[in-house]
Amino acid sequence: MPIFSPTEIAKEQVEAVQDYSLLAGRSLTNIFGHPRYFADTLLQADSIGVGSLPIVILTGFFTGAVLALQTSSTLQQFGSLSLTGKLVSLSMVRELGPVLTGLMVAGRNSSGMASELGSMKVTEQIDAMRAMGVDPSKKLVTPRVVASMVMLFFLSIISNLVGLTGGFVISYLLLGLDPNQYWTTAYQALRFGDVFMGLCKPVFFGFIISSIGCYYGLSAKGGTQGVGRATTQAVVAASVLILVSDFFITRLLMGIFQY
Amino acid sequence: MSSLAPPAEQRQPTATSKADTAIRFENVEIAFEHPVLEGISFRLPHGETKILMGEAGTGKTLVLKLALGLLKPDAGRITVLGEEITQMREEDLFALRRKIGMVFQESALFDSLTVEENVAYRLMEETGRLTDEIHGRVLEALRFVELEHTVDLFPSELSGGMRRRVAIARAIITQPEVILYDSPTGGLDPVTSDTIIELIVKQRDVYGTSSLLVTSRLQDAFTMASHCFDQKQNKMVPVTDGGIRDLYTRFLMLRGGQIIFEGTAADLLRSNDPYIREYLS
Repeated sequence: MPIFSPTEIAKEQVEAVQDYSLLAGRSLTNIFGHPRYFADTLLQADSIGVGSLPIVILTGFFTGAVLALQTSSTLQQFGSLSLTGKLVSLSMVRELGPVLTGLMVAGRNSSGMASELGSMKVTEQIDAMRAMGVDPSKKLVTPRVVASMVMLFFLSIISNLVGLTGGFVISYLLLGLDPNQYWTTAYQALRFGDVFMGLCKPVFFGFIISSIGCYYGLSAKGGTQGVGRATTQAVVAASVLILVSDFFITRLLMGIFQY
Repeated sequence: MSSLAPPAEQRQPTATSKADTAIRFENVEIAFEHPVLEGISFRLPHGETKILMGEAGTGKTLVLKLALGLLKPDAGRITVLGEEITQMREEDLFALRRKIGMVFQESALFDSLTVEENVAYRLMEETGRLTDEIHGRVLEALRFVELEHTVDLFPSELSGGMRRRVAIARAIITQPEVILYDSPTGGLDPVTSDTIIELIVKQRDVYGTSSLLVTSRLQDAFTMASHCFDQKQNKMVPVTDGGIRDLYTRFLMLRGGQIIFEGTAADLLRSNDPYIREYLS
């Protein structure tokens, strides 16, 4: 008798992808169906958006600050210290703002969703919900997906702004750059394609964070240990998927906007 | 005796569907790593209570989950309230499930909601908020299980027995046509178990609700088969008319994925099957 069967493992993986795809698809199509859970969506928006604000602000500020600090020495060698604002602005808006916000929210909310839904699953609360004629994908998944997509969009904007401010603080206080010069170069560096890229990514990341968190939560089994496992897997999968999808979205948008 | 549960001809089951059978299983099979149910067939007529017995792992809970459409069988047909659910889509099952109540083994109350919100859950789904009318119905359901003082408490603040009673209140609030009880007395002390059984008997005799009840406790099963609810005394009393009265309670025993017995308590006690004799001893 074989210790493990490659066929079974392959089947399990394909089934997992299928289940995830179905859940993710349903979470979006539910938006157009009834009932709609506005109150639950608002509650999730508060938890995901407002709740994540402190970590997003802190991450954004120090990322912008360290970016200005790290690049200043290189720029100074070429006598281009005045381009610090431009560099911080492009890096934050196009890449670091959305990705770091996504990763921070994934760590905080993907795990939260997986553990909350996982606990409900192992204590039969999900079955109880289904037994009472309530669709868990409508009641639990769609509000989280919608709230994550909307709130990550705004959180990324905040992260970008705070990151630019962090870069400014370093540029002004440590590098002695003129404030007007910093903000002007930072503003003028941005093209429509940069802003579009920066605002498009968080919507995708929000979808990944919530759908992955909910999927692992709803497929948790094996008691509290299973919930713990689902939580870890959700954070890992969401973080990796954010970075992988970031590459493909960037490549696609660079092609569209002809960088 | 007039206050006792009405006899067969007066009893009015809650059924509104035209079918004479609440639940029908026909050659139902399901397997996970190994076969669990192997072609079981039975029918639950309206107004009847069927007690599912058997050793742990024989698929008793599975029968309830299949009846509710939470799981799909590998083969066979399941008809609930006149509708075949085997091929039904999940979206269509939600409407049917609203006519069925389920009491889970571990209560499965929503731990982040109060008792009131738990009991009102189904009704709040329709209105979207807790109205005065819903509040009244919640109190009525909680009064039925004698827990109206717990409305503002959270499930974690209740004892195991109280949680089961709240789960019963949640299941009956919409007066479903069928109630499925999954080991409602499992892990409870005898006194609390009697209280739960009394509530189930009350639901059976006062409202004539059809039900499937899973239990491993013989005492509970035979109490149900030998007692009826006296509305005047507001308590469960033993039947003293020598077994003439039909209490609409039948037994169904599972073993090795098959039904090895189906009948009344008297038939069960008369059975010569060695396994049943051993099970009852």
